[in-house]
Amino acid sequence: MLQGRRTWIFDKPPVIVGTGTVVGPDEGEGPLAGDFDLVHPDMTIQQPSWEKAERLMLEQASDIALSKAALSKDKINFYVGGDLINQIISSTFAARTLGAPYLGVFGACSTSMESLALAALLVSTGAARYAMAGTSSHNCTAEKQFRYPTEYGSQKPPTAQYTVTGAGAAVVATEGDGPRITSATVGRIMDLGLKDPFDMGSAMAPAAVDTIQAHLQETGRDPGYYDMIVTGDLASVGHPIAADLLKRHGVPIAETQFNDCGLLVYDIAKQKVQAGGSGCACSATVTYGHLLKRLASGQLKRLLVVATGALLSPLSFQQGESIPCIAHAVSIES
Amino acid sequence: MATKEAGRGPASYKPLSMSPKEYQQFAKSRQPSRPVFANCVRAFLVGGFICFIGEGVQRFFMAAFDMTSRQAGNPTVAVMILISVILTCLGVYDKIAQWAGAGTAVPVTGFANSMCSAAIEHRSEGLVLGVGANMFKLAGSVIVFGTVAAFFVGIVYWILGVSH
Repeated sequence: MLQGRRTWIFDKPPVIVGTGTVVGPDEGEGPLAGDFDLVHPDMTIQQPSWEKAERLMLEQASDIALSKAALSKDKINFYVGGDLINQIISSTFAARTLGAPYLGVFGACSTSMESLALAALLVSTGAARYAMAGTSSHNCTAEKQFRYPTEYGSQKPPTAQYTVTGAGAAVVATEGDGPRITSATVGRIMDLGLKDPFDMGSAMAPAAVDTIQAHLQETGRDPGYYDMIVTGDLASVGHPIAADLLKRHGVPIAETQFNDCGLLVYDIAKQKVQAGGSGCACSATVTYGHLLKRLASGQLKRLLVVATGALLSPLSFQQGESIPCIAHAVSIES
Repeated sequence: MATKEAGRGPASYKPLSMSPKEYQQFAKSRQPSRPVFANCVRAFLVGGFICFIGEGVQRFFMAAFDMTSRQAGNPTVAVMILISVILTCLGVYDKIAQWAGAGTAVPVTGFANSMCSAAIEHRSEGLVLGVGANMFKLAGSVIVFGTVAAFFVGIVYWILGVSH
């Protein structure tokens, strides 16, 4: 079970029996549009506030995941979820609708894999028969909370990232058809003193590298064991930095496809998203939508998702604090 | 389970060892820089264009209502604010601003955008605690520091004995 200091090898690998992904209009114009279950043509989703729109997407994602798993709501023992909004209210309201026992978690944009790792742990240890992991983010709720009003005319630098509007949920079960979660490595806080909230890719890259190295070391695997190692939302600035850091530390990352959800979700040459995507929904929708479809089709067999999170708050960066970052890794195999 | 032999394979992967200073330099050399020159040119063009429109509006008031340039100033500012607020409400102003930068931020239209965008954003929290309390969230510091600057300029005028 526990291997090394922080890796769980699941003796009875839990199965992802159903997933749901819901996205907004910009993701719907991106290259992965066809892999999402539901694409909303507008940001408001006919809701009176951005927050309600985000909550609705998370509710829809969990409904879709349940229907794909052919389960009713009352079968879910635990719902593990979180999001970016203060006091993780999107997840809490979605959990209220779901009516399942609820464990709220916060890992900023790494919440997707943090919740999936915990759901897998609950199921594999027999603490749950069915657990659901879910997370969401909305471009406008994130802008409102972390930056400026959405319609405020500020110029973003090329290192900034564009928060993905969407939600992803996965139902994890002891048995069934679907990809298996074989291991997870929990991240630790890495803070190398970067302070620019408009450049979170650079801040998060060391966290991704630290978790990838720990995962490979503790499992005794080479990068080539995986068909793909994908980071959460390092985007066009942070991802090459992470690749360079790995090479510098002697990890032969070229053995595998090393990619990033923030680069996959948008066409960054055409769409106006600066460095690429970010947000909880970035790694959640790309993993649960796009990557699990590639696992199902046999294009990929072994996948390591390393979701990255910048654990800053508007208060902490205004007070001049640097950005503490984290990354959680989960391996999923077909 | 693979064995962990020292010297090769996963066991030999060195843990991340970089001081914050080293990493900041490492990352900095890989970060794209802001296109400062292009931003200046765009700000000049767009800022100038906004002033050009303002000048046109002012001339219109002077010609149509027989105003002096001083009299036409206030209605001109009102029209520019109205245009900015309409563009903000249509969701266009922030898109122009991403291209124009300081060009749309510095003129009075930028001030109007900062108030209008905050008002729209916080409408969901109600009229008093939402719109009322947040409208000056961004514009407030302009007013505070504008007033402070005016105070000190006033003192300089007083010392120099300049008066209107």
